Amino acid sequence: MARFAHWLKLAVLLGVVAMSIAPMQRALADVELPGLQNHKGAKCVDDVDFIRRNHPDLLRHHRDETVHKGIRTTKYSLKNCVQCHASAKTGSVAEAKDDFCVACHSYVGVQLECWECHSSKPGKPDALPTEAAKTSPMMTSVNPEGLAK
Amino acid sequence: MSEHQFNQDAGQDRRDFLKTSAGLAGLTLAPGVLLYGISAYGRAPDEPASSEVRWGMLIDTTKCSSGCNDCVTACNTENGLDGKTGPQDSQWIRKVHIKDLQTSEQHDLPMMCQHCEHPPCVDVCPTGASFKRADGIVLVDRHICIGCRYCMMACPYKARSFVHEPLHDQKPDVPRGKGCVEACTFCVQRVDNDEQPACVEACNKAEHNAMLFGDLNNPASDIAKAVKTYATTEVRADLRLNTGVRYQGI
Repeated sequence: MARFAHWLKLAVLLGVVAMSIAPMQRALADVELPGLQNHKGAKCVDDVDFIRRNHPDLLRHHRDETVHKGIRTTKYSLKNCVQCHASAKTGSVAEAKDDFCVACHSYVGVQLECWECHSSKPGKPDALPTEAAKTSPMMTSVNPEGLAK
Repeated sequence: MSEHQFNQDAGQDRRDFLKTSAGLAGLTLAPGVLLYGISAYGRAPDEPASSEVRWGMLIDTTKCSSGCNDCVTACNTENGLDGKTGPQDSQWIRKVHIKDLQTSEQHDLPMMCQHCEHPPCVDVCPTGASFKRADGIVLVDRHICIGCRYCMMACPYKARSFVHEPLHDQKPDVPRGKGCVEACTFCVQRVDNDEQPACVEACNKAEHNAMLFGDLNNPASDIAKAVKTYATTEVRADLRLNTGVRYQGI
């Protein structure tokens, strides 16, 4: 008898839980997902699902490599993200509510502090350094480009 | 230790190779023409800064013009500083006027982070935010800086500033923000892209040519030749910090 009462209690509890979840699910379905349409390029630098999950780690790793070692590859650099994802309206990734970074981060309730120091707007169009190594004008009194001719 | 040794050996080999090729090039092109610098510093973007290089600057105070402020302006423009000179404003480079009271000898000179080999700011930093890069550039990692300002007190050159107020519209290449200490970076974003610091470029553009930037470790570079030829001094040499910035004519 005691066992039956126990099962009954459990069944009631489950019922209550199920009833409380159902409206929540409906409510979640009503919330509009953030639209992440701001991008200039045709394709992200990596698989989009991978970037979505791992971009904080990628950025953190890249920032340390850049600040401490001077590694300036552009693939996972914040500057590169901004360059591509800045909105056409505000020119920024974090100024308006629907700008690229803010749209998603406010949806998930994560406060972004990057933009207190970093520029949320791309610089000049040619601001990204070219990947190819250039010759250095500072090392020699002779202009190497002039020599090559 | 062994890895370090290996790197040093590799560097030596590379240097020898470059010396040889430079010699050959010098023979084929013209006397005194060296191709040494061409490939030695074109560091690939994925290659870390190397301790084979030590960036340095030589400032000829006899060429520095007293009315000229171009280096300061260029620094402010490049790094997004507002150019104010109050006690709580960021100044990465200052023009300093000095006078010998006995002889009345007067000079103007730019003063900034001296990029010491043994930086006191790095010694005192409690979080490791203040650090020296492999190529001798002394920087602040703002991600780690807690704004305690010990480094500002430790620096004998008054080179560092603290950001007191929130900032807006920073340069994409030069992130800066409230609560962190900052100083001259030798325009590290330009140096990594094989350009000269903004102040040096501006000085040359104004045809004063008082500032010379380059690799002190490379015997063929202009700066290495100059420090070998002329008497140059460190400011506060008594502290034995082996500064990367040296002065001539003071």
